[in-house]
Amino acid sequence: MDFLIMNEGFPLLSTLVFLPLAGAFILLFLPGENVQRLWAMIVTSVTAGISLSLYSGFDSATAKYQFGEHISWIPSLNINYTLGIDGISLLLVLLTTLIMPLCVLGSWTYIKVRVKEFMICLLIMETAMLGVFMALDFVLFYVLWEAMLIPMYLLIGVWGGPRKIYASIKFFLYTLAGSVMLLVAIIALYLKTGSFSIPVMMGQDYSSTFQIWVFLAFFLAFAIKVPMFPFHTWLPAAHVEAPTAGSVILASILLKMGTYGFLRFCLPITPLATLSLGPYVLWLSVAAILYGGFTALAQSDMKKLIAYSSVGHMGFVTLGIFFLNRQGLEGAILQMINHGVTTGALFLCVGMMYERTHSREIADHSGIAQNLPIFVSFLTIFSLSSLAFPATNSFVGEFLVLAGAFSVNKIVAGAAIPGAILAAAYMMRLLQHVLFRGPGRPDIADLNIREIVTLAPLLCFVFWIGLAPEPFLSVMHTSVDNLIQQVNVARTAQVAMLLAP
Amino acid sequence: MLFAPELVLLIGSLVLFGLCLGEEKGNLAKFAALVLAVVAAIASLATLNMSGSLFYEAYRIDLFSQLFKLAISVGLIAVLMFSTESKGISVRMRAEYYLFMILSTLGLVMMVSSVELLSLFIALELSSYSLYLMVPMRNDQKGLKVQMEAAIKYVLFGVVATGTMLYGMSFIFGMTGTTYLNELVPRMHSLVASPTTLLAIALFMAGFFYKLAVFPFHFWVPDVYQGAANATTAFIASIPKLGAVAILIRITTLVAPTGGEAVVTMLMILAVCSMFYGNLSALVQKDIKRMLGFSGISHAGFVLLGLLTLKETGYATSMYYITGYVFMNLACFLVICKVSQKGENLCIDDLSGLYKRAPLLALTLLVGMMALAGIPPFVGFMGKFMLLTGALRAGHLTLVILAALNTAIAIYYYLSVVRVAFCSAPEERPDVPVDLMTRCVSISLIAVIIFMGVAPKQIVEIAATAVRTIL
Repeated sequence: MDFLIMNEGFPLLSTLVFLPLAGAFILLFLPGENVQRLWAMIVTSVTAGISLSLYSGFDSATAKYQFGEHISWIPSLNINYTLGIDGISLLLVLLTTLIMPLCVLGSWTYIKVRVKEFMICLLIMETAMLGVFMALDFVLFYVLWEAMLIPMYLLIGVWGGPRKIYASIKFFLYTLAGSVMLLVAIIALYLKTGSFSIPVMMGQDYSSTFQIWVFLAFFLAFAIKVPMFPFHTWLPAAHVEAPTAGSVILASILLKMGTYGFLRFCLPITPLATLSLGPYVLWLSVAAILYGGFTALAQSDMKKLIAYSSVGHMGFVTLGIFFLNRQGLEGAILQMINHGVTTGALFLCVGMMYERTHSREIADHSGIAQNLPIFVSFLTIFSLSSLAFPATNSFVGEFLVLAGAFSVNKIVAGAAIPGAILAAAYMMRLLQHVLFRGPGRPDIADLNIREIVTLAPLLCFVFWIGLAPEPFLSVMHTSVDNLIQQVNVARTAQVAMLLAP
Repeated sequence: MLFAPELVLLIGSLVLFGLCLGEEKGNLAKFAALVLAVVAAIASLATLNMSGSLFYEAYRIDLFSQLFKLAISVGLIAVLMFSTESKGISVRMRAEYYLFMILSTLGLVMMVSSVELLSLFIALELSSYSLYLMVPMRNDQKGLKVQMEAAIKYVLFGVVATGTMLYGMSFIFGMTGTTYLNELVPRMHSLVASPTTLLAIALFMAGFFYKLAVFPFHFWVPDVYQGAANATTAFIASIPKLGAVAILIRITTLVAPTGGEAVVTMLMILAVCSMFYGNLSALVQKDIKRMLGFSGISHAGFVLLGLLTLKETGYATSMYYITGYVFMNLACFLVICKVSQKGENLCIDDLSGLYKRAPLLALTLLVGMMALAGIPPFVGFMGKFMLLTGALRAGHLTLVILAALNTAIAIYYYLSVVRVAFCSAPEERPDVPVDLMTRCVSISLIAVIIFMGVAPKQIVEIAATAVRTIL
């Protein structure tokens, strides 16, 4: 257990994981819709508050997993309940806990029927998502990874838009079909190492054929979740039909699980396969960036536009990951956070308009700058952030990714550049229509206090990360270096083998 | 004392027989049956840690048999509790219906304790013949006589399977000269290389493959599931499978662990065929009971995954899986029994908007279906996961990949039921009244399904201990 710094005293991580679940259980017995909303708000806010102590207590000088908890779960198969976070998962945990209160706030009036069930689904989702980022046991990870399909399915299928049935089934089938082979790979790894512990599986001397197969099984599961081109087709459907909170959770957190999976499993467990298959993934990422950009340019539905822009943005993340250098990886992790903040905010904005106009078409919102100055200010800043405008968060992330890219492979990096221009094009097109074209909508009101409160924290993060990213980058340095180290060990071993007579 | 659960059921069936003689004592019989099931469960629990032999060593009481008896009686309690209105059974026959249900349970309870071929055969026939009679007792609503057709099919296939099994038994007796399992095991081990042994074992197993609905002994399943009343189907679909798995484990120990690659290959082929046949056929079903029937075939294939490892942990996992399967299946049938108003068959579309009409039933259905699909944190996932781990440890990579693919196929039809229940509008379908007893049963079933999935440690350990007692 030398990879884990055990947590002494208060079990912080378990509290974070189970608090929402306990809250969901109590919510079952609460009467009155406003009480239920308020309760969900309290539970998510308290969880967010507690999670902040993770940042203050985090030791960024070590690459070990911190706040560790370890309880035997199924001894006959050596399955344990092991939790721990490092510099890679810390920010994702914080992103999850901080986004959830905003999701509750953003669906305060959007959800009018079955409020209790909706909030229960949100809280169960939070438990599962936090658990996925903290789990250090592969079975625990897989259980939570799959368990979140059910509440997410219900969020889309029950409270979704007109094509909710199609969208929810597609989401469920895609994700599940992707992860069945992941399960086989997990069992195969267990039989090699005798343990389901993720850190134990890292750095083992697997044969390269075995690694390739395991990598492919991992890749299928995670690439569908990211989603990487050409596995992305579930995403626009799910995003468009999901209620606002569902879209925010999908964009901000669920998509990150795919890239988190690459970082946590593919790179350290199958480094040889990563080295040999990585270049192909790079080209898929470039394809995703360009495809996402071009498709977004053609959308008339705001949610679809943002959904396709997600495909492009996540392409940048995978690009950063598979260049396997420090700048690229840190840029990728930061970009994961940025995408969570920015795209989450954009979906909230679209949701707010949908509540007013019951339309997501760009054409129905043309010229609203005259009537809704506050809303449009928010929308503009988040759109600029989405196209990586300097001084906003995405600029830092995208810059790091591209800086990392140019130091390794100029051709791939050059091919991704048009993606950045496309992002500017589709976002400017959106802004142009919403801001300046058309007669405006005098019939709808500007944002109220609740909605401003929902968006304001995200706005703060846009500028905070954009102007002073160091607090976010500093926690990940050691863990990222350790990750690169793990891959490089395999690289040297491979070279040594080739040189051997 | 050793014989307590059987004795309870035996005396109880005499009481029920007495009740049959009068006129229309259906409610009393139902109540008596429920009390009997509870007492039988308590008796099994009380004798859980006992062991001993009865009837000249032909009948053995050990942890293995008592665990199965407990699961069988608990399953019976659940079936009796949620089928209280006896919808779909004609009023005249209700007392007899419960008599045969108890007799069938008695047969199963005796079967798991039988360690001698002839007593095994008698127990199996007792349970089967009662079931044959329960199928046609359905109220004939449309005059189509589907229940008669189903019963005839059930009997014919059953008789053929039994005949095959007897033929296999005769081979075994011919080769070894004994009918006692404990004497058979060492003799069979020394004969395991001969092709006759394989033939004998395969024929012997056929009788129980029929009960478990393994391909190619599954032909009765869809029609019987559809033709029998909902509560009868709930019984047939779950409880006899416990007995079948118990005996299949016993038969497998005849060849394990010394050899029997041929037996393993046979089980492997049957498992793959069952999974694919069951899942692919279930995809196109409209009638929910038929769908569950085909899904049962594929689950039977999954259970074989544990048997074919020929290892103690594999058998224990099979026990765990089939017990979990019984509870998941009962959760689904509970919903069917309640939603069906007069005991008619349900199409999947009849569940439309269930989450508005009866939220608790919708939740039960969600948990049951997702558990059958193998989604965590329910028992279906844990069982599947352990079966796959065991099979891969035994080196059956291809089999594991095929089984994993089947999980992906199966999700579609389970999900389509959930979709109808949660995402469609009710369209003027009435609300479903749910009484207190049903509420308790659904909540307990949900709790058991989640608990077995989250904390499988103790259950698997007990199952492993139980398996060790028969090896």
